[in-house]
Amino acid sequence: MRRRKLKNTLSTVILGFALLVTALFLITFLVHMFYKGSMVLSWEFLTSVPRNSMTEGGIWPALVGTFLLTVLAVAFALPLGVMTAIWLTHYGKPAWLISILRVAINSLAGTPSIIFGLFGMAVFVNIMGMDVSVLAGGLTLAILALPVIINNTEEAIRTVPHEFTEASLALGATTRQTITRVVLPTALPNILTGAILSIGRVAGETAPIMFTAATFYSRKLPTSLTDEVMALPYHIYALMTEGTHPDKQVPIAYGTALVLLLMVLLVSATAIYLRYLFRRKKQW
Amino acid sequence: MKTLKEKLFQYITYLAALFTILCMLAIIFGIFREGLPLFRVVSLKQFIFTNNWYPTHAEPAFGALALIVGSLAVTLGALLIAVPLGLGSAIFISEIAGSKLREAIKPIIELLAGIPSVVYGLFGMAFLAPLVRQWFNLDTGLNVFSASIILGVMIVPIISSLSEDALSSVPSNIREASMALGATRSETIFRAVVPAARNGILCSVLLGFGRAVGETMVVLMVAGGAANIPTSIFEPTRPITSTIAAEMGETVVGDLHYQSLFALAILLFLITLATNLIAELVFSNRRR
Repeated sequence: MRRRKLKNTLSTVILGFALLVTALFLITFLVHMFYKGSMVLSWEFLTSVPRNSMTEGGIWPALVGTFLLTVLAVAFALPLGVMTAIWLTHYGKPAWLISILRVAINSLAGTPSIIFGLFGMAVFVNIMGMDVSVLAGGLTLAILALPVIINNTEEAIRTVPHEFTEASLALGATTRQTITRVVLPTALPNILTGAILSIGRVAGETAPIMFTAATFYSRKLPTSLTDEVMALPYHIYALMTEGTHPDKQVPIAYGTALVLLLMVLLVSATAIYLRYLFRRKKQW
Repeated sequence: MKTLKEKLFQYITYLAALFTILCMLAIIFGIFREGLPLFRVVSLKQFIFTNNWYPTHAEPAFGALALIVGSLAVTLGALLIAVPLGLGSAIFISEIAGSKLREAIKPIIELLAGIPSVVYGLFGMAFLAPLVRQWFNLDTGLNVFSASIILGVMIVPIISSLSEDALSSVPSNIREASMALGATRSETIFRAVVPAARNGILCSVLLGFGRAVGETMVVLMVAGGAANIPTSIFEPTRPITSTIAAEMGETVVGDLHYQSLFALAILLFLITLATNLIAELVFSNRRR
């Protein structure tokens, strides 16, 4: 009996140790990023353009670029994803088409992001002639975000109680009216939190925009959708691996990384918090 | 009028669903179209089983064995770190921690899963690699070991959140029955709960594998980039993904080098597709 008790205590300690090691590593990571990043972070860093071949100045063009890419990606993926989820939950015929769609969604979700980048480069940039541009990068990121948005929307729609749709249909509303006036408004908070979570995901992606949208060095802001842009994630990579003054570039990379990290964490935390609020307020 | 609107709405959602399928088909078509022509010059066997990646030489050679081994090496290393940590954390959160701790940790795990990989790459390159170089007295800290650590920590959230879901969906009467037979908590966990959640846990490991093998930025920045088969974990390597990312900029559209990188993408795609399909099979087994 004593041996069994000892074993019990020991395994509890080991399991707790796994959690502790993970937590310690992540805390080291976050503290290090905040410490190094905050040394260069300033208002000027955020709002000025890079100078002196990336060894001085700020990240304003990269901030704008990431904003544009993200907005464009979500603007494409959200309507498409929501419509696909509606078909999946309310029309969904024939059944074999649903199976194919499910395989497509799961495969899209599991495909490595570099493959999206290659696809975007081959199809949008080369075949369709969009050049390396905000448009090509935004479309590539949109396909990447699509499975996330479809899955979230489907889940949101499925949490709408059956009584709601049945009551609406019993009152003589058509399927379309039921979807647009009952189901979507009820599911909207959850659909939106899903969309916000996908923003966080899209903003941090590097591999898909490497060959479709991003440029290492640009002093001016893009003026049209066919211009190439700087973007925060690619900027970090470029500062760390290209250029000739690592001593000056690495601190800027840390600053950029902290900005990206804060943005992504804040956006996702907002979404998670909103979801928590909606769940608590839910009255059905 | 009313029926026309109905039909139109239904038709639009139908088109959206078809378009989603089309996206997947377009990706497959896109990479195969650009990558398959390579195999007119290089045989599939040569491509996968020979170790000589010299795409830019006057007599170019496209034997990707070292890249494939590199991918597998960092991925296995990552799993060796992530499975014990992720699974251990998941068991602790689901079976030992109180509900308050659980409610606090779950959103944190979700947040961590969203940290951009390029930030981990920067951390690995500027913080971990110099330490590893010092500790083990190496020429470079950018190697299989460092890449595995960073990659491993990156996939811990995936493995732990999915395993935690699997563990907490084990019905509580299994735990109660085990306890009632006089088993200690650890016996209950390892002989009753974990076996019952086995398929879900396996699924989480498979998805972690898929994520790690396809991850680009971390290995590109931290694995070192030498296209040799590593003989020890402290040697640099060059996985499939970082080869594609590092060399694509040097290619001319349509040349052999360009095609070979797309051929690597096909290989990578098939690996992740197979992983996903297996995971799905395992998962649907669980539901049955």
